Amino acid sequence: MKSGKFWAWVVFALGAAYFFIPLIATVEFSMRMRRGAYSFDAYQIVLGDPRFQATFGYSVLAAFFTIILGVLIVVPAAYWIRLRLPQLRPIVEFITLLPLVIPAIVIVFGYIRMYGSNSPLPFLATDMGTNALLVIGYAMLALPYMYRAVDTGLRTIDVRTLTEAAQILGAGWGTIIGRVILPNVLIAVLSGAFLTFAIVIGEFTMASLLNRPAFGPYLQNVGANRAYEPAALAIIAFAITWGCMSLIQILSRFAPKSANRPN
Amino acid sequence: MTDLSLSDQTMAGKAAPPAEVRSLRLPTQWLGVAPFFIFAIMFLILPTLYLMLGAFQNDAGEFTFENIAALAQPSIVAAYWISLKVSLASALIGAFAGLAIAIAIVRGGLPEWIRSATLTFSGVASNFAGVPLAFAFLATLGRLGLATVLLNTVFGLNIYAHGFNILSFWGLTLTYVYFQIPLMVVIITPAIDGLKKEWGEAAATLGATQAQYWRMVVIPVIWPSFLGTVILLFANAFGAIATAYALTGSSLNIVPILLYAQIRGDVLHNAHLGYAIAFGMIVITGLANVFYIWFRTRSERWLK
Repeated sequence: MKSGKFWAWVVFALGAAYFFIPLIATVEFSMRMRRGAYSFDAYQIVLGDPRFQATFGYSVLAAFFTIILGVLIVVPAAYWIRLRLPQLRPIVEFITLLPLVIPAIVIVFGYIRMYGSNSPLPFLATDMGTNALLVIGYAMLALPYMYRAVDTGLRTIDVRTLTEAAQILGAGWGTIIGRVILPNVLIAVLSGAFLTFAIVIGEFTMASLLNRPAFGPYLQNVGANRAYEPAALAIIAFAITWGCMSLIQILSRFAPKSANRPN
Repeated sequence: MTDLSLSDQTMAGKAAPPAEVRSLRLPTQWLGVAPFFIFAIMFLILPTLYLMLGAFQNDAGEFTFENIAALAQPSIVAAYWISLKVSLASALIGAFAGLAIAIAIVRGGLPEWIRSATLTFSGVASNFAGVPLAFAFLATLGRLGLATVLLNTVFGLNIYAHGFNILSFWGLTLTYVYFQIPLMVVIITPAIDGLKKEWGEAAATLGATQAQYWRMVVIPVIWPSFLGTVILLFANAFGAIATAYALTGSSLNIVPILLYAQIRGDVLHNAHLGYAIAFGMIVITGLANVFYIWFRTRSERWLK
């Protein structure tokens, strides 16, 4: 048992070294801009860059719409499958796994060929259409995570009883989903939303191939042309990811613990 | 084409009207799942099918195997080969290292805060991929990176003189491992938690040594979820492009980068060859996923 504990510490220490050295190195590198002294110059330059603000704003907006779209697609479907169509569950679960199987670059390649300017549905003919297509693509990328989060949330509440109670009180379907089910799975939905945000904010492939002025392509562009700013951007991106994951952790403390499983 | 799938569903709904009274309710039956299926078909399944069919067509739209056959040219085979190598190496290294860390934090008798801190950090690091990850590794193991410089000045070891290059197979693999290990930790920790204490006690009661307990109980139980996760990590690395592109530009010719260049500028001078490359990627990740599902159903037997 003693030696087991020793090896556990060794493994943990090696892992910690592998994961912390790059972070420390990146912080150090990002502060090396001024010759001979550590400074935050690189951060100042990056944060003051109008293109940083524009692309970051664009990606935040894209993430926001992605989350809305994801919720609109996933919540009714997951709810309905629990309530009425459990026979569809394997099919839906399979579909939600597909974005993990089909690489993002393949999906966006399909979009470019299917929804080009002279196709029946010319998404790519206009700027707004391309933006919409990017948001749709992001919603597909986030689908596995959003669906899992919402489905887990639904599992902890008694969907059937809540629905019947609401129906007896005269609620319509919109009221049931919007005012009964959604508030009950809000924490799960928010977890899915923050995860979506973390995935979407720095996404490169889709934004770049659809020629959108998003944060991911901007990061790549800075990386190809500058020395110290990329390290500062990496730290900023890590902080954003960290923030999203911390919010999910904090939220999970508020999630209902008593699992009432009708299925 | 898209409208067809829509009408299919409403037709399926209308095709079987069991009774006059219920026919009014049937549309609502499908209403809740309709947006999901419409989106999945229009923006996930049809675009993929479109590429897969395109892989078997020539410019005139006739059926052909030429595009698939053209994949055999050396530059494309080399791209697939290096992609497979990087994905497999990073998946295996990530899986074994992640398993070791998971066992250490669950069974190693480490303080509780280490376990929760590791799991939190793994959640973050498994999502810290793409372009910023490449920046971090350039700052660490690039020519002027901290680790490179420290190894050189403190230990007198110039890794670049010894043939290491961040823009290489090992450089990319080492970078991918940064999100592969945490992903493994996140997925495999519940499986190790699922090992019941009673099994260890039962084994001990029957006179098993610690080694026998591991060999005959722990490994057989964890094995399917371990293999399943290896495959998931493999597919995860195989489709990734942003990290590699930001790290190496186009100097390391992995498949997604080749496809990216093809989409941007038709570098292969044959549009349908692009479809074939995409088809190849789908086949590889699809096969991986078939194995993943198979292993997962096997592992769920024990971990309920």
